[in-house]
Amino acid sequence: MIALLARDLKLSMRAGGGALIGVLFFMTVVAVIPFGVGPDLNLLARIGPAILWIGALLASLLGLDRLFQAEREDGSLDLLLMQETPLVLTVFVKCLAHWLATGLPLVIASPLLGLFMNMDEVAIGATTLTLLVGTPAITFIGAAGAGIAVALPRGGLLVSILVLPLAIPVLIFGVSAVYAAIQDPAPFLPPFLILVALNLFFAVIGPVAAAAALRLSSD
Amino acid sequence: MRLVAEGLSARRGEDLIFRDISFEIAGGEALLVKGANGSGKSTLLRVLAGLLAAEAGTVRLLAATQPVERLGEAAHYLGHRNAMKRELTVEENLTFWKAFFGDFAGGAGVCVDEAVDTVGLGGIAHLPFGYLSAGQQRRMAMAKLLVAWRPVWILDEPTAALDVAAERMFAGLVTAHLSRGGIAIAATHQPLGLEGLRELRMTGFTGAAETVW
Repeated sequence: MIALLARDLKLSMRAGGGALIGVLFFMTVVAVIPFGVGPDLNLLARIGPAILWIGALLASLLGLDRLFQAEREDGSLDLLLMQETPLVLTVFVKCLAHWLATGLPLVIASPLLGLFMNMDEVAIGATTLTLLVGTPAITFIGAAGAGIAVALPRGGLLVSILVLPLAIPVLIFGVSAVYAAIQDPAPFLPPFLILVALNLFFAVIGPVAAAAALRLSSD
Repeated sequence: MRLVAEGLSARRGEDLIFRDISFEIAGGEALLVKGANGSGKSTLLRVLAGLLAAEAGTVRLLAATQPVERLGEAAHYLGHRNAMKRELTVEENLTFWKAFFGDFAGGAGVCVDEAVDTVGLGGIAHLPFGYLSAGQQRRMAMAKLLVAWRPVWILDEPTAALDVAAERMFAGLVTAHLSRGGIAIAATHQPLGLEGLRELRMTGFTGAAETVW
């Protein structure tokens, strides 16, 4: 399993791996917002957390369709399916590698982008923390979509559409936790803990669903 | 160890590809699946590997060194595609598969260097897999069979894209595998150069397959 994790991380760093595509997309989206919205610093600070979260959500969806498709194209998927190792575990490790390569850079980049949006330290900290907890959930949900669309030649958009409704709760609780941190009366913990719960929930459901979809898709 | 297939049928979409195929192979024996293009050879092998659900029938591995639920767990599958990453070097690819496969009880795989030497490509294991020619890629995919021990080899057109010398080399690999008590099932048009083969002739489409021993 560690071998699989190491291989997937290595692959994402090599040419065509696309580890940086997501974070570049994230930076592009957030960097153009101030130009579009205008130089109203208060407005930027207010919408900042939401923009960061939406950018991170879309950026995480970007490379998801390749999660299993690349394995299928070169025949590796067949061998992964055949092993005694539970497929759910294999899928979980692949998700983990995918998140480390594409999700974690988003989290690391978010403080910098928070400065672009004129957010204060508390807001930046809260956004980074919620992204750290929330983006794995998006990857796990996306794995289910990627498993369903694995046999489709242009499954990228389909994966996003399949996955987006399930990712909406993550977005809602992620953003509301950040706002709770910066606006006084609302408590931070309840939405944040729900976000953690969503993450754990999808960490179980996502790989199970993806494994079932992969078993059915093989032809 | 015996591999027993009973009454296998498979369907793709609406069409029944083959019906009621039964055979039994003991350790040390090889089964050659022959037939025209589209007669269902690949489908049969994918059913055996557990990658495609059988419409009817069962495949069992009896008296194996460790109990198996599906034959796939005890088998190497060499399909049309090589299952190697173009971006990684040959060595990285093989090291990964060696670690990921693990050895089946009752045998041990050879180390990566030795496997590469055995397929006759020692010295180029540091190159990215994508740099190799089609024949070299196929040979490296065969090295994958050696790095981890599996008693059953399921081979789909193993010698496509290979020159005559490589075909002979591959026949040697299969012979060595059989002499260790393994089982090989191969779909191929070329004679593999093996002695004492049993043949399964697929007639396709009509659904009836006659077995010629």
